[in-house]
Amino acid sequence: MGAYMIRRFLLMILTLFGMSVLIFVMLRIVPGNIVDILFDSAGMVNPDDKKRLEEELGLDKPIVQQYVTWITSMMKGDFGYSYVSEKPALDEILPRIPVTAKLAALALFFSVLFGVPLGVISAVRQNTSLDYFLRVVSLSGLSLPSFWLGLLILMAFVQYTGWIPIYSDQPRGFWHELWLLSIPAAAVGFRASALIMRLTRSSMLEVLRQDYIRTARAKGATKQSVNYDHALRNAVLPVVTIIGIEAAFLIGGLIVTETVFNIPGVARFLVEAIRWRDYPIVQSLVMLIAVVTVVVNFLVDMAYVVLDPRIKYES
Amino acid sequence: MATIDHKAELARAGAGVSGFWGTAFHLARRYPLGAAGAVIVLLFVLTALFAGYLTTYDPTTTNARSSLAKPGPDHLLGADFMGRDMWSRIVYGARISLAVGIGSTVLGCFFGVIIGLMSGYYGGWLDLLTQRVMDILQALPLLVMALLMAASLGPSLTNTIVAISIPIIPNVARVIRSNTLALREMPYVEAARAVGMSEWKIAFRHVLPNTMAPLIVLATAQLGSAILTEASLSFLGLGIPEPHPSWGRMLSESAAEYVRTAPWLVIFPGIAISLAVFGTNLLGDAVRDILDPRERS
Repeated sequence: MGAYMIRRFLLMILTLFGMSVLIFVMLRIVPGNIVDILFDSAGMVNPDDKKRLEEELGLDKPIVQQYVTWITSMMKGDFGYSYVSEKPALDEILPRIPVTAKLAALALFFSVLFGVPLGVISAVRQNTSLDYFLRVVSLSGLSLPSFWLGLLILMAFVQYTGWIPIYSDQPRGFWHELWLLSIPAAAVGFRASALIMRLTRSSMLEVLRQDYIRTARAKGATKQSVNYDHALRNAVLPVVTIIGIEAAFLIGGLIVTETVFNIPGVARFLVEAIRWRDYPIVQSLVMLIAVVTVVVNFLVDMAYVVLDPRIKYES
Repeated sequence: MATIDHKAELARAGAGVSGFWGTAFHLARRYPLGAAGAVIVLLFVLTALFAGYLTTYDPTTTNARSSLAKPGPDHLLGADFMGRDMWSRIVYGARISLAVGIGSTVLGCFFGVIIGLMSGYYGGWLDLLTQRVMDILQALPLLVMALLMAASLGPSLTNTIVAISIPIIPNVARVIRSNTLALREMPYVEAARAVGMSEWKIAFRHVLPNTMAPLIVLATAQLGSAILTEASLSFLGLGIPEPHPSWGRMLSESAAEYVRTAPWLVIFPGIAISLAVFGTNLLGDAVRDILDPRERS
């Protein structure tokens, strides 16, 4: 098991290294280099200024050297400077993380709260009208774009209350903030809970087909006991892995939802940085997202090894 | 993987179905949700094909006099700020959505199949290398990967298709690879090798056709998410550029301010996206139930 963990850890490092190369290359095959873009937008034409700027940004050096400089300074905590605000990238990114993290945690909480029980009910009542209804609801949850759901929620607020619950930087206390965040979190969480529900249902159905469930039924255990003591306990385990998939899923939802609700978080900041062509920010943010998703998936894999006694990794 | 002879199985079940319509009718009875999905997808495709016959206005012609017109006899679903007819834009939007959905799915599947087949069939260092590259492509969430690609390639219809196809490649390659790993040990592959068939020919003539069922399952599942990703990219202003009528783009133009003043500009494009994705998802689920024996219950 130890060897497996070490191997899995090294693979994670390798993936992150590859990711950093990919991000670096992708942002440098942009039509026209960054200096051209900056010059176009500033309307400057002096070639000497341009040369000086290129030197200042290190763009005159070979691409491999540029990459090494980027990686080594990132290791030291230097993420470069934003082209737009000219502040250090880290100072722009860090203050925006808490809001997004709170939103993500709340959305995840909602999705587990609704997704797991509804998935279990749907599996236990397989092929009844309740199951059909829940399946249609979860499938429509996966089909609604979360930005549209967000807009519909806003529209409902305008219709019935006349005001829009916009997130502000200074919420009045904990409960007020929770209330303001729970509206966008519901928009993100609806899709996420639909996903959890589908996966819980199929995992539960899989377990219900096992031999030990038939044995439990045969020995006369009550339906209640079979479903909840025998089946659910074993079905919950694969649901843990879903959280890894969820992390990736949530980030996609957060990007559009923060845009709809005007929440000053990192997810919306990524879109803004791409629009402004603020490459140091884009580079650092995408790398940050990659680190988060890769590390979450690593931790989920490790949790799985620890939690599931059936799994023995030899090599 | 064992394949299922549907005709034989249906006959055994006493269904006694024959011909295309008979089979279609039987499947529709057995998978009512899938049939509903198939109808929605068919309508979606027909709308895209015959957009010109379904509309009276041009989707891109502006008309100051009908700016923000309410839904009524002149404009069935109202008109946007520039006076463009919403019904026309939604009908023509089906073309964009379908083009991006099918285009990126086909492109992603094409490269995914080739990479998966090579990786699974030849194995060794080639497999090891491609697996690590696939790990990297899967490390980012779908939308973030598509955003990065779109930012790098610039906004255009072709670039949007390419940007969305990239995250599809690893999903397809993984499935095809694991199927190929199982298939290459099959006796018929050994037989083909024994009669002196070249490895290349075995891979394409004997292994590839047998991975078609999981590929179809995967492709229909990816279609819905490709359509949704296009809508999200265009909503964020990084997908389909003006003047193409993209459903996601229509929501970004109208978004916040029209929530109060012109709700029809928010409601109709959203219904179009949701319905198209819902239809493909329903169909995808039914296709999986039909083709994947393990999921049967």
